[in-house]
Amino acid sequence: MTDAPQETAQDAQPARRLEMRVRPTAPIVPPSNVSGNALMLVIAIMAFLACLTFGAVNMVRATAASWQSQISREVTIQIKPDDALDMEQALKDVRDLALTFSGTRDGTIVDKAATARLLEPWLGEGLNIDELPVPRLVIVTINEQSPPDFAAMRVALAEKVPTAFLDDHRTWVDRLVAMARTTAFIGTGVLVLVFSAMVLTVVFATRGALSGNRHIVEVLHFVGAEAGFVASEFQKHFLKISLKGSVAGGFLAALFFAVASFWQGRSIATPQSDQATALFGTFSMGLTGYLGIAATIVVIAVLTTLTARFTVMRTIHEIDLIRSDPSRTDQLPDQ
Amino acid sequence: MIHFENVGLRYGMGPEILRDLTFDIPRRSFQFLTGPSGAGKTTLLRLLFLSLQPTRGIIRTFDREISTIPRDELPMLRRRIGIVFQDFRLLDHLTTYENVALPLRVRGKEESSYRADVLELLKWVGLGERINVLPAVLSGGEKQRAAIARALIDRPELLLADEPTGNVDPPMARRLLSLFLELNRLGTAVVIATHDLSLMDQVDEARRMILSQGRLDIYD
Ligand SMILES: Nc1ncnc2c1ncn2[C@@H]1O[C@H](COP(=O)(O)OP(=O)(O)OP(=O)(O)O)[C@@H](O)[C@H]1O
Ligand SMILES: [Mg+2]
Repeated sequence: MTDAPQETAQDAQPARRLEMRVRPTAPIVPPSNVSGNALMLVIAIMAFLACLTFGAVNMVRATAASWQSQISREVTIQIKPDDALDMEQALKDVRDLALTFSGTRDGTIVDKAATARLLEPWLGEGLNIDELPVPRLVIVTINEQSPPDFAAMRVALAEKVPTAFLDDHRTWVDRLVAMARTTAFIGTGVLVLVFSAMVLTVVFATRGALSGNRHIVEVLHFVGAEAGFVASEFQKHFLKISLKGSVAGGFLAALFFAVASFWQGRSIATPQSDQATALFGTFSMGLTGYLGIAATIVVIAVLTTLTARFTVMRTIHEIDLIRSDPSRTDQLPDQ
Repeated sequence: MIHFENVGLRYGMGPEILRDLTFDIPRRSFQFLTGPSGAGKTTLLRLLFLSLQPTRGIIRTFDREISTIPRDELPMLRRRIGIVFQDFRLLDHLTTYENVALPLRVRGKEESSYRADVLELLKWVGLGERINVLPAVLSGGEKQRAAIARALIDRPELLLADEPTGNVDPPMARRLLSLFLELNRLGTAVVIATHDLSLMDQVDEARRMILSQGRLDIYD
């Protein structure tokens, strides 16, 4: 107000000289009237969490899938030692027998040195494998598309070498599939929670913005605006706010994955990195992962905008009802 | 054009502010609405603007009975009515030009299509030099004229004005009145709510609607 006279003096002159120039039309709801910063922060955090959850689920699924295909590409035949058994001969027999089944590709006998290495962590170095009753393994790679008939193979093996045991890793694969499913399920649950919290936040923010701008809603009513027009005036701000917030959150999440995968790639085979790999799988998300983050950003922006629109329409309808009903004594302060 | 039949209105559980009003507002008519403070003039204008539902009775506007009109069609009827408030209700962050153009913007028109019309109207109401200032800078009389210009910009069939001369000196009141008369000559029906007897005396041919104790008396 203090600079008002100054402004008048400045305005009057150009107005005459430029023959009625007008400024670019200002928005009906001024941006400063919608307290956007807190909302933008909340949306950014929610977007970050949503993208992180999405990325994590994606990663676990990819890791589980690669384990699964590795595991199901092989079966192992284990032969327990027995006094009456010539181990080396039994190993060869078993391998040859396995290879007679269609669907098998290759058979490898894990030799003594390799077996000793497998056992090293438990039994220590310098182990004489011949002195111990250690079971021995034959690894058979199989054709994943048309696997051999495991039941028939088991029967044949039992006949040939009674102490042989065929492990087709079925239990492991089943567990992996179950784990991947559980993770996806939990992830979906987290996403649903994050999205509902966000929708509620936007509902409150929209209602706040409307009650803070009640005078504008009233003026628009008295110049003949429809609810849809008023809603789009408010919705513009929420689209901007939510786009900014969700892009920031999604970008941070993408950055997080990129940095993590870079760190993992550089420090490969260090104990920390191996631990992280064992725990999380590899951090590399691939194109689908990043596309998913982009999709999450879009979903969040659309969701908040629709929520804002819906809330404005409902609130305006309520305001209309209260304004037009003389029996309501909770009349608008404005009236 | 507008027809009221046995219209009654009470706020909440209070007394009836308006009782059994039956009257017409003919096309191209010019009338003053007067009565003591608190008689219900503003309330009656809100009823005419379809912003308030009567407690009882029938209101017919532009040949449609308003209780049968779906809510979302009401804005379309309101667009044929202009209204000027006692307290102007200009938006503080918009310039005079933008405030006056608001009804057209709300109707979805392009800025380029109405700019010349708005500027012309602003000149006509004597605000040609004030188009780019915010309402905070305007004097009471200038705000009044901006509010009137906003009500006129879309050439309404009916103009409702609540105390349009409440904030201006007698010469300005006369200028505004001649504005309304000019508008009326161009075909708009006008209802002016006012306490100002001297203003009413300036227009002999106008109808007088006098509200008192909930009743309305009309002198043609
Ligand atoms: N929203 C409302 N809720 C309850 N009572 C109201 C409401 N609006 C008006 N009234 C009451 O209705 C009566 C008529 O009010 P109204 O504003 O119509 O009078 P008016 O004739 O315009 O008065 P003035 O000349 O002072 O402007 C008053 O007693 C007022 O207190
Ligand atoms: Mg009043």
